[in-house]
Amino acid sequence: MLSTFFAVLRRDLLLAWRGRADVLVTLAFFVIVVCLFPFGVGAEPNQLRAIAPGVLWVAALLACLLSLHRLFAQDHVDGTLEQLLLSSEPAVLWVTAKVLAFWLTTGLPVVAVAPVLALLLDLEQGGLPVLVISLLLGTPILALLGAVGAALTLGLRGGGMLLALLVLPLFVPVLIFGAGAVEAELSGTGAAAHLLLLGGGLAGALALAPWGCAAALRVSTE
Amino acid sequence: MSRPDRGPSILRFAAPQNFYPLAGRLAPWFAGLAVVLTLVGLWLGFVVAPTDATQGEVYRVIFIHVPAAWMSMFIYLVMAFWSAVGLVMNTRLSFLMSQALAPTGAMFCVVALWTGALWGKPTWGAYWVWDARLTSQALLLFLYLGFIALTRAIEDPRRADRAGAIIALVGAVNVPVIYFSVKWWNTLHQGASVSLTKAPSMATTMLAGMLVMAIASWAYTLAVVLWRVRPMILERERHTEWVGAELMREALRQGGRA
Repeated sequence: MLSTFFAVLRRDLLLAWRGRADVLVTLAFFVIVVCLFPFGVGAEPNQLRAIAPGVLWVAALLACLLSLHRLFAQDHVDGTLEQLLLSSEPAVLWVTAKVLAFWLTTGLPVVAVAPVLALLLDLEQGGLPVLVISLLLGTPILALLGAVGAALTLGLRGGGMLLALLVLPLFVPVLIFGAGAVEAELSGTGAAAHLLLLGGGLAGALALAPWGCAAALRVSTE
Repeated sequence: MSRPDRGPSILRFAAPQNFYPLAGRLAPWFAGLAVVLTLVGLWLGFVVAPTDATQGEVYRVIFIHVPAAWMSMFIYLVMAFWSAVGLVMNTRLSFLMSQALAPTGAMFCVVALWTGALWGKPTWGAYWVWDARLTSQALLLFLYLGFIALTRAIEDPRRADRAGAIIALVGAVNVPVIYFSVKWWNTLHQGASVSLTKAPSMATTMLAGMLVMAIASWAYTLAVVLWRVRPMILERERHTEWVGAELMREALRQGGRA
C-alpha cells in the first residue's frame, strides 16, 4: 500500500521536475502579487509593515489557488486518472500522495520565498519564524481543501473562476489564523493559539479532505 | 400508469412521479399560509409593536432581517441534509430538492445582508462593518453561489447532482469553522465592536411579530421550493411514460380553458 503512495509521489515529483517552468511561474506570480501592493497602497514603511502578514498570506493563497488546476488536469486528459481510479489501490492513498507532491512543488517554494519578500515589506525580523511556521502549517490545508474543489471542477468550462468561487470561502479561516499568527506574535500576545488552531485544521483537513477529494474524482470521471 | 404499491409508507414520495402531484397540491397551501402569516406578522411588527426605547423606529427592520438570516442558515442545513440523503440513498429527488432550495437560501442571504446594511447606517453609522455575523453571512452567500454555479456549470445531470452534493457537505462541515474563525478574528482584532446580541429584552409583541414572520418565511420557502422542484422533476424525467401522460393532461386542461 505504501509503495503505491511513494510511487505516485515520486511520479508526480518527477513530472513537476521535468516541467519546472510551471513551478517557477507560480513563484514569479507570488513575488509579483506581493510587489503590487506597495504600488497600490503607497511605499510608506509603517503602512507596509502593518499589512505585510496579510499581504504575504493573501498572495500565497492566490498562488496556491491559481496552480490548483494543475493538480488533476493533466492526468485527466491523458487518462491516468481513470486508470488510477480503476486500480484496486485505495483512492484516498494516491490522492494524498498527489496532494503532497503538489504541495511540495508549489506550497513549499512559496514558503521558502516568503521570508525574503517579508523583508521587502519591512516585516519585523521577530515575525519571520512565525510567518514561516504559519505558512508551513497553513498551505497544506489550502492544498487539501483546494484539491476537493479541483476534483469537482475537473474539465469544466470556466473551471478556474468556478474553482475560486468554490474554495475561497473555505480558505478564509486559514487566512485568518495564518496572518493572525504573525500579527499576534508582533503585538506580543504570542502566536501559540493561532498556530495550534492551524495545526488542528491541518489534522482535520488531512483526515477528511482526501476522502472528499476521492469521492469528487469518482463523480467527475464516471 | 399504475403507481407501484409499496403500502402507506411515506417513503413512496421519494419517487418523483409520486412526489410531483403531492408538491403541486401542497404548494398553494404553503403559499396561502405564507401570505396570511406575512400580513399578520407585518401588522404586528409595524402597527402593534411599540417603538423601541433606544433605537426608535429603525429597529422594525428586524421583522424581516432576523427571519431572513435564520432561514438562510436553516436552508443551508436542509440543503446539506438532502445532499447527504441523496449520496447515501441514491435518490434523485433529494438532489433536486437541494438544488431547488439553493436560490431561496441565497435570496434570504441577500435580504439579510441588505436589510442589515439599511439598519446599520442609522444605527452604527456605516452600511457595513466587519462584524463576525455580517462577515460569516457574506461567506454563506458565497457558499450558496458556489453551489449554484457548480451545479449549473455541469451539463451531465448525474455528475451535477453529486458534485453539488459533495460541495454542499464540504460547506456544511466548514460553516462552523468559518463562523468561529471569523468570530475570533474579529474579537482578536478590534475588541468588542458593535454587536447584534446586546438587544434589550424584547417586548412580547416584538417577539411575536418576529416569530410569525419566521414561520411565514418558512412557509414561503416550502411553497417556492415545491413549485421550483416540479419543473425540475419534469425535465429530469422527461423520457418516462408518466411525464408524457402528465404533460398530455396539462395540455388538455389548458386547451379546455382556452
